[in-house]
Amino acid sequence: MAAKNLDVRQDFPILDQKVNDEQLVYLDNAATAQRPTAVTDSLVHFYQTDNANVHRGVHTLAERATEDYENARRKVQKFINAAEPEEVIFTKGTTDGLNLVASTYGEANIQAGDEIVISIMEHHSNLIPWQQLAIKKHATLKYIGLTADGELDMADAAAKITDKTKIVAIAHASNVMGVINPLAELAKLAHQHDAIIVGDGAQAAPHLPVDVQALDVDFYAFSGHKMMGPTGIGALYGKRALLEAMPPYQYGGEMIDFVHQQDSTWAQLPYKFEAGTQNIAGAVGLGTAVDYLTSVGMTNVEAHEQAIVDYLLPKLVADPDLEVYGPHDPAKHTGVIAFNVKGIHPHDIATALDMEGVAVRAGHHCAQPLMTYLGLVATARASFYLYNTQQDADRLLVALAETKEFFNHGAVKA
Amino acid sequence: MGLSKLNSLYREVILDHADHPRHKHDLQTSTNTITLKNPTCGDVINLSIKLDDQDQIADIGFSGDGCTISQSSASMMTDAVMGKDKETALRMAKTFSDMVMGTKHPQADLDELGDAAILSSIMSFPARIKCATLAWWALQRALLEEDAPTDEEEA
Repeated sequence: MAAKNLDVRQDFPILDQKVNDEQLVYLDNAATAQRPTAVTDSLVHFYQTDNANVHRGVHTLAERATEDYENARRKVQKFINAAEPEEVIFTKGTTDGLNLVASTYGEANIQAGDEIVISIMEHHSNLIPWQQLAIKKHATLKYIGLTADGELDMADAAAKITDKTKIVAIAHASNVMGVINPLAELAKLAHQHDAIIVGDGAQAAPHLPVDVQALDVDFYAFSGHKMMGPTGIGALYGKRALLEAMPPYQYGGEMIDFVHQQDSTWAQLPYKFEAGTQNIAGAVGLGTAVDYLTSVGMTNVEAHEQAIVDYLLPKLVADPDLEVYGPHDPAKHTGVIAFNVKGIHPHDIATALDMEGVAVRAGHHCAQPLMTYLGLVATARASFYLYNTQQDADRLLVALAETKEFFNHGAVKA
Repeated sequence: MGLSKLNSLYREVILDHADHPRHKHDLQTSTNTITLKNPTCGDVINLSIKLDDQDQIADIGFSGDGCTISQSSASMMTDAVMGKDKETALRMAKTFSDMVMGTKHPQADLDELGDAAILSSIMSFPARIKCATLAWWALQRALLEEDAPTDEEEA
């Protein structure tokens, strides 16, 4: 079935350009997405009409900026269906959010002999904070493995998560394997053992409807820039009771209640975790990105990407020169498709595709333990978003065919 | 344009070195060794050098994984410095680094690089310069550090 295109291309002027004399096909969305005009306009509008510092002025601009900032928080709250806006903390991005949890909740609750459970498909940002916490606290870091077709092994999860487990931290969607992990099921498993669960939503929040209450996750971190918001802004969701019991992350302005010479008390949520002047314009831009995604509809975004995968994945899998990672069943695969071409290094692939105007990623995708687990050094990766089309998928297929021709038969006569 | 621009990067001699790398083996005995990684892509090179008592490169070998450019560059580098003394090899590494960054050198310096000089074409592909320089960086580090650490990363 042909993928029906969403009518959004005109909102993304960056896509309308030639790269190396070819029409750009941007397939590096898992690294960062492009921004619609509405988002860049909202940044300009904020800086040109409302800009002031928030929560500390009595003048009109300060009030407007505060209103803009808190509106953005409410938009994010609704977007992930958090129970209240105070459960949404603005961060620099997913990495910042996950580090916040590791160095506050983790610091306060992990003791020697405790276990932290993650999966082998984690991005470094949901791996190193737990690894370093485990080293510091003499705790044990355990990894859930994968099934033969590259999904999270839930039998292994049931075996690894025990009464010793204090924290389970798992990607909601993988940035390499192209799978969505059963976060709600994992949350149930974790809670049965009195552990908390942290969801890494970097690759999920931009692409599918997320309901943190339905998932029953304790924390959920994601980035603005992968969902068409600005860089340097993201959000961390946390259940109120947990956030209230946690020590602050950083100290300084904004996050205090009262400061004495020898001690201090902390501000209410969410400000306890927002020390210093925040990325106010970034939050405003993220709010606009949320508006944009909501107006398209997250179920439509998901269905659109799925239609492209349904079209493209079987063609890639059928090519004997290609190795495609993750499940080969399109129904189980997201728009993140990692692959290798036999006999051609992924960097050479990426350079060749770039000459054809097709932007893909090549490398270890910040998942070195996964690469080692799969016995790989690197892969190429094409990743799709709502503005990509079936024509983009066709361009990738043609460019791949030409790349293979070039390296296998076209050794150029100098 | 399409792939025709690739012709300038993937010249026949470069593809030949990548397909049939010279000196791609570890040395039984060596005086200087190093492992360098390009952390952005995962490319890795293990370089071992045997200097004789005149400080001449009596033998050199490499192993590791990488793209066409990094493998080809390592092969051409080992060809170029085999038999050279340490000072000359270091000078060649400097010439190569300068060349790919666009700094001009006299033709005689470029001639000294042999096949490796052809990689000046990498200048048109800025994202790939590190692929070409990894081997020469490894050479420089291995020669300058008598007991080079074995697991260093080159940013």
